[in-house]
Amino acid sequence: MLIDIKIPSMKVNQEVNREQKRTKNSSGMKIEAKNVSAWFGTVQAIKNISLSIPEHSVVAIIGPSGCGKSTFLRSINRMHETVPNTRVQGEILLDGVDVYSMDAVLVRKRVGMVFQKPNPFPTMSIYDNVAAGLRMNGVRSKNVLDEVVERSLRQAALWDEVKDSLSKSGMSLSGGQQQRLCIARALAVNPEVLLMDEPASALDPISTAKIEELIYGLKENYTIVIVTHNMQQAARVSDYTAFMYLGELVEYDATRIIFTNPKNKQTEDYITGRFG
Amino acid sequence: MSMLQFKIRRIRSTLMFILCGFCVILALIPLILIFYHTLSLGVGALTVEFFTQLPKPVGEPGGGLANAIVGTLILVALGSCISLPVGIFAGIFLSEFGNNMFAQAVRFLTDVLSGLPSIVAGVVAYTLVVVPMKHFSAYAGGVALGILMIPTITRTTEEMLKLVPTTLREAALALGIARWKVILRIVLRTAIPGVITGILLAIARAAGETAPLLFTSLNNRFWHTTLDQPIASLTVFIYNYGVSPFEDWIRQAWGGALVLIGMILLLSLAVRFVTQTRMKGLQ
Repeated sequence: MLIDIKIPSMKVNQEVNREQKRTKNSSGMKIEAKNVSAWFGTVQAIKNISLSIPEHSVVAIIGPSGCGKSTFLRSINRMHETVPNTRVQGEILLDGVDVYSMDAVLVRKRVGMVFQKPNPFPTMSIYDNVAAGLRMNGVRSKNVLDEVVERSLRQAALWDEVKDSLSKSGMSLSGGQQQRLCIARALAVNPEVLLMDEPASALDPISTAKIEELIYGLKENYTIVIVTHNMQQAARVSDYTAFMYLGELVEYDATRIIFTNPKNKQTEDYITGRFG
Repeated sequence: MSMLQFKIRRIRSTLMFILCGFCVILALIPLILIFYHTLSLGVGALTVEFFTQLPKPVGEPGGGLANAIVGTLILVALGSCISLPVGIFAGIFLSEFGNNMFAQAVRFLTDVLSGLPSIVAGVVAYTLVVVPMKHFSAYAGGVALGILMIPTITRTTEEMLKLVPTTLREAALALGIARWKVILRIVLRTAIPGVITGILLAIARAAGETAPLLFTSLNNRFWHTTLDQPIASLTVFIYNYGVSPFEDWIRQAWGGALVLIGMILLLSLAVRFVTQTRMKGLQ
């Protein structure tokens, strides 16, 4: 199977697109974090993070392991609080409304998430995996479900590979396919924001390239926040990059600037590989 | 490593292997003996009459244990009606919300309860059901069996749900699915083969109980017409017939034991078959 990896041309398009988007969405920010801190028991994982994410942009969060990237991501859709003995302080505004003043289930419907390890539901078929979110929220119509499943799988660039085996188990797919299935599953409930927690770290380079291409396509319709350990990946897919270290936000700027002309010494050391 | 050390290691490994194999055989011996003995003594009693007729009065040969076979099924069904919902929901509570002192206490008491002598469950059912009703009944038997089944079902459900990885719960929660739906339709569904194994173990144990039935459902030599009457059961018949002086009755007791083993075997196979065909396309 030949896989078309168009990274150089992608970069060019990205630049053009970014300019277009910026003019279109100059009005407001999709997500605004204000002084967010989060704890596991008595250990503070993130400290006073404030950053704004424009609509239809891709924001990458980079930083060494344990710096709080995932914790910050998980406090956006209120997944952090599902772990016992944790708490979050500060505000995270989604379209101007604090997610901590909303119902957590409703927040998660609007803010989807893709995890580090592909985690399809093992007892469900490919079709049922994608349909799960809608079904469990009461959508019964076969037509609607069929349509959403196809659209989501197409968006996740998986449709052509699985269209003849929708009734097979999600677990029968390869790791990369499983991860795209999880992306399709997240997209099926039609979220506004997609959080990705190192979505390609368990995948081989070809699957990684596919996921990256996918992210590039998805930002037309979604706002994406991606946590990654891979700095090249952050440089390739994101419009903005946040560098976190020891629970603090060190620097946040346009990806181009972070990678070519960082203002902070720590950021420079990290992206040039001097530590981390 | 020297040659000698290597040899010693190999010998040790072989010895352990032999020990394991020997213990497996040792564990299987009573099982095979019981099964063989029951089969050889019981198979002679298994006639069409045995499955279709009521017990004959003393001294009259023939007759069957049809009412006891049906009675056992009814008693186990009643016990399941009580213990399945209680056990499964208690298991869900312990696994999904069990991070506190109360759950710790429930867990401990459930373990104590699973070691409870079965006759004590009978006494409880006698006090709770027989005394207020003023007579023995199928309901009382069902309550006694239900009490015995609850701890097994609770603990296996809990353990099986705990085996479901957290990542699955998170995946479902992140889709904006309410927690109770995540638990019932994702977590429980994923764990269902294990939960069913627990239920089968509980049913097998309950079906084989005699002591808790002796003073709850008592026995009945005729067909019951309602469930608030005493009801026949295979185990009580096996007990009564087994200690009787009549050769015919003793033979029928062996037949009853064989039927009981067969019923549990069939039930296990049927449930396994059903769950496996339902899961088949997905594995």
